[in-house]
Amino acid sequence: MMSVLILRSKSLEDTLRIGRIIGERALPGMVIALVGDLGSGKTSLTQGIAAGLEVPDEYYVTSPSFTLVNEYPGRLPLYHFDVYRLAGPADLDDLGYDDYVSGAGLTAVEWAEKIMDRLPEDVVIVRMKSLSDEERAIELSSRSEESFELLKKALEEGGFA
Amino acid sequence: MLVLGIESSCDETAAAVVSDGRRILSNVVASQVDFHALYGGVVPEIASRKHMEAILPVIDRSLEEAGVSLDDIDGVAATRGPGLIGSILVGLSAAKAIAFAREIPFVGVNHIAGHIAAIFLEEKVPPFPFTALVVSGGHTNIYTVEDFDRMRLLGQTRDDAAGEAFDKAAKMLGLGYPGGVVIDRLAEQGDAGRIRFPRPMKNSPDFSFSGLKTALLSYLKQCEEPPAQDDIPHVVASFQQAIIDVLVEKTMRAAGYCPGGAVVVAGGVAANRRLRQCFREACEADGLDLYIPSPALCTDNAAMIAAYGTRLLEKGIVHSFDLNALSRWPVGMD
Repeated sequence: MMSVLILRSKSLEDTLRIGRIIGERALPGMVIALVGDLGSGKTSLTQGIAAGLEVPDEYYVTSPSFTLVNEYPGRLPLYHFDVYRLAGPADLDDLGYDDYVSGAGLTAVEWAEKIMDRLPEDVVIVRMKSLSDEERAIELSSRSEESFELLKKALEEGGFA
Repeated sequence: MLVLGIESSCDETAAAVVSDGRRILSNVVASQVDFHALYGGVVPEIASRKHMEAILPVIDRSLEEAGVSLDDIDGVAATRGPGLIGSILVGLSAAKAIAFAREIPFVGVNHIAGHIAAIFLEEKVPPFPFTALVVSGGHTNIYTVEDFDRMRLLGQTRDDAAGEAFDKAAKMLGLGYPGGVVIDRLAEQGDAGRIRFPRPMKNSPDFSFSGLKTALLSYLKQCEEPPAQDDIPHVVASFQQAIIDVLVEKTMRAAGYCPGGAVVVAGGVAANRRLRQCFREACEADGLDLYIPSPALCTDNAAMIAAYGTRLLEKGIVHSFDLNALSRWPVGMD
């Protein structure tokens, strides 16, 4: 069973707020798969998640497209992946992906659709879509009832959904 | 002083031997074509495992090309960060092992600052203090450089690096990846004033190129059809100009506050011809001297790490073997 929650972000600020709520409630070991085109807000949402995880201000959360993985200290460590450039699953092994995903931090993976078969069973999938320059549709789904209900409740309390 | 430099922060595995922080005796990068043959055809690309396979042959090759042995090396410098942690650890650990075994000093350095030090391997060297822009696929940083051990970070990107913006634009336009070289070439045939893209974060010392990426996306969406083949150079030239204008403006503004009269532009994107031209014009207008390393020293290499490491070692900066690698380099840390 896959539960789905659909949110609308009216602005970049909304996207950051949604990310922050996710980061505030995130549980150790949570994996968030970010799916969406260039410019749909994957990195922005992750910046929000970092704020929610209390990543210190002196760390700018920038796009991991070039470096493939960026790590940040926080309430939980944040592992920010961009798997767009990877040629195949072997590259994922070389990056030590399994160690990150099985660790205590929060793993956020941009372009996760490229590695769907390597995402854990309880992954939280976030699909992002540009509706206009500013607006984004953000769709949350997970097979993990626990993660899904936790985030849904928090996002509803935060005025979303 | 002969220093062995090791670089493994991202895609390249590199080693170099530099004399007195000035003269390159060897500069080996593992993605070099001639190296592939020697190495059996494997291209060490992204991964720590591939760095691991490449690191020792690359170091051996750098010593061989320099015509020296480890007995001649007086110190070892390696990139400590920022970058891919598993990859950095390969080079950093190799450097520590060599330094430990040979009982010579070891220093771990900031890769981005290393790009600045590349200019000291050229004939013409800037006087301190100067303003430096490091612009590459992974970084867009402005510094005031008072000395090798006093580089003050003034601004950096909050999302995408400039080189990354080029790559992503190339992807949107179906020009392939990586896009920097293609854009440089196509833009030459285009009119940079055709489309007015935003110049983001005008009043901040920091950069943000993510919004510019979205602006290009919106522009392409509002075109009824995908741009005709003839129009692509105009789109590319206009987009490139928006990025260059922001880089030049912020760098020149920083230079205005710097008591020195020199500007250094380094990193992979510094090879972009239009960027070089715009910086030449801006520096000439402001009466500043411009320094840009040659293209081979702009891209990731270990000679710059050796050069930078030499200067730090000369200042007595030596690290212990428990120095850790850093994925991210926090603002305010030397």
